[in-house]
Amino acid sequence: MTIEILMPALSPTMEEGNLAKWMIKEGDTVSSGDVIAEIETDKATMEVEAVDEGIVGKLVVAEGAEGVKVNELIVILLEDGEGADAMNNIASNPTDASIAKNEQPMTATPTMPKTPMAAATVEPDFSPGTTFTKQTVREALRDAMSEEMRTNDNVFLMGEEVGQYQGAYKISQGMLDEFGERRVIDTPITEHGFAGVAVGAAFAGLNPIVEFMTFNFAMQAIDHIINSAAKTLYMSGGQMGCPIVFRGPNGAAARVGAQHSQDYAAWYAQIPGLKVAMPYSADDAKGLLKSAIRDPNPVVFLENEILYGKSFDVPEGIDHTVPFGQARVWREGSDVTIVSFGIGMTYALEAAEALVSEGISAEVIDLRTLRPMDTETVVRSVQKTNRCITVEEGWPVSSIGSYISSIIMQEAFDYLDAPVITCTGKDVPMPYAANLEKLALVTTEEVVAAAKSVCYR
Amino acid sequence: MAAARKPKKPNINKDELIGYYRDMLLIRRFEEKAGQLYGMGAIGGFCHLYIGQEAVVVGIEACAKEGDQRITSYRDHGHMLACGMDPNGVMAELTGREGGYSRGKGGSMHMFSSEKNFYGGHGIVAAQVPLGAGLAFANRYRGNDNVSFAYFGDGAANQGQVYETMNMASLWKLPCIFVIENNQYAMGTSLQRASSTPALFTRGAAFGIPGEAVDGMDVVAVKAATEKAVDYARSGEGPYVLEMNTYRYRGHSMSDPAKYRTREEVQKMRAERDAIDHVRDLLTASGEVDEADLKAIDKEIKVIVNEAAKFAQDSPEPAEAELWTDIYA
Repeated sequence: MTIEILMPALSPTMEEGNLAKWMIKEGDTVSSGDVIAEIETDKATMEVEAVDEGIVGKLVVAEGAEGVKVNELIVILLEDGEGADAMNNIASNPTDASIAKNEQPMTATPTMPKTPMAAATVEPDFSPGTTFTKQTVREALRDAMSEEMRTNDNVFLMGEEVGQYQGAYKISQGMLDEFGERRVIDTPITEHGFAGVAVGAAFAGLNPIVEFMTFNFAMQAIDHIINSAAKTLYMSGGQMGCPIVFRGPNGAAARVGAQHSQDYAAWYAQIPGLKVAMPYSADDAKGLLKSAIRDPNPVVFLENEILYGKSFDVPEGIDHTVPFGQARVWREGSDVTIVSFGIGMTYALEAAEALVSEGISAEVIDLRTLRPMDTETVVRSVQKTNRCITVEEGWPVSSIGSYISSIIMQEAFDYLDAPVITCTGKDVPMPYAANLEKLALVTTEEVVAAAKSVCYR
Repeated sequence: MAAARKPKKPNINKDELIGYYRDMLLIRRFEEKAGQLYGMGAIGGFCHLYIGQEAVVVGIEACAKEGDQRITSYRDHGHMLACGMDPNGVMAELTGREGGYSRGKGGSMHMFSSEKNFYGGHGIVAAQVPLGAGLAFANRYRGNDNVSFAYFGDGAANQGQVYETMNMASLWKLPCIFVIENNQYAMGTSLQRASSTPALFTRGAAFGIPGEAVDGMDVVAVKAATEKAVDYARSGEGPYVLEMNTYRYRGHSMSDPAKYRTREEVQKMRAERDAIDHVRDLLTASGEVDEADLKAIDKEIKVIVNEAAKFAQDSPEPAEAELWTDIYA
């Protein structure tokens, strides 16, 4: 039996990577632990070790190949005594082989709709002549921080692994080199303590950006976010503000279990004194983060690990900021309003696309910031469509969706032709098993079903 | 705590001592008045008095220079007065009036002064410790030689975030003086019942932070120890721990019947170790100051405190529109 080595997933959210370098050639003997290749993901370059012994029969994927999918066959090893003819059955169809090995090659990760900007989409308002470049959310976030740090010495970045490691999710890649240890500060793993230190520095007039490796760990620090950062301006009668940004990935990644998969949107959106942003696209991530860093108030900036690697058009060569409290209409429609934010937008846009074939025209609104929240745009839309559904990954009880539905009831009750439906994550801790995790998350199918239901179809 | 002191000639001049006497007396009389106003219903909610601990802040403030910052817990009235905040504004905050430092929106536990670099007034036990280190972080970031004083109690000394902070403060050589005001009781729990090791000044040792136990009832001793700590921090050596052994005469808050200690214990402390009596004795023993001089100071303080009480009761309540201001800058 030949041994098939497949493209490995090097992080919970990796979908593909580049085969940067083969460290072996055909005919070589490899044994367990030998480094066989270097694989480059959008986060890092990592070495791949063999776990089996054998002779390299065929390098199926060429060195330098880009976009190699996880679980795609990359090399075949021959076991003792086997000849090249042993590879006849498989080498011809590597993709099938990989699927046969694993029924679910990372499909839990939602993918971007192929054409999110289809027929009825709305382009953001940029001045004529603005040029765009394709950037990932990850790159956009880094550029936002770097641009602000270049213009304001009071801005600094602090967090676990933001410096030498180049960021646990590589958001701060290259920043230590550019700004040095004074302004890109690696902290010990002490969220409670370093969040407090950063808030104190903000009291003293600096503008810290605190990176939480994930917002799950920010629960250790939530007292400083709420009691120290959000309330001090009020408690001091306006004397002492707290210009700080708390940022990091929020919500479910993929297969990381209950303690690492939680959406804090509704939690922080409840706190007066905080501002809360939760961007979906790279251009919004950049524009909102730059606004957040300049804001004199504490801002909770909720990112998403799965979105980090997604690419969008980002305006280049301009000081691109996005104001807080302005929703973005991604698609105009006439039959139902779909309100979402952050990664929920992935399902909202996919559903809107799917609904076209059902003859339902959906308007898709990205709230972008949850505090302040642009409910005006939502209400205006509902007055036109007479139906609304909300989409978020967080839990259903006291969700953002329940707040929006109460606002619609108070401000657009007479316009409603159907009750508002809130599509949310299920009311359970996140399970690990792939099938259960999929069930726990909100899905595009559920959004489509909800839209059809409010349209009585 | 050590046995009663023998009067000894301090290495300090008369005018300085008179200044400390005045500052400590202002705190004591102010707090007595606050207690009285609380009893009359003019002050509501929580009100934690500093009576007994006056030598700590006064001795420390004697070592502060322009630009140094201070931050403390909810037992904060003394700290505010000692750093020069206006007694009228402090008392009017206690009564929740427009003339208060936070225009009535903070209360006893939450007052701030940008002008005096007083950063509160924090109600969550030990939260002010990392915040204080953050102030020190800003000093280091800006490259100035200011230090920050982070005050906390013997109760807060057992909180986890204190140790997270000490680690970072030492690692980054932050100019932060950790002042542990050991008043022997964390609310109703004595130090012996709450701390596995009672020597709180050693709490920074694991992080390489020097510490010293100080007689916190002796303003001269407080000043001497603080000078050393401040020199150390200002010169870039990093943080320093000062354990100020002190005693609060009143309950934890106004609603505390203080059944956890005997009346005799309190009486003995007041009789033998009172910080203000100590300075009074030093001043009169030298013969340079007589009772009449001290009486004049007492009178002067009484006027200030009565004026503060009057201001705090005459100042109007905040306008209703204040409910919606200062939420965002």
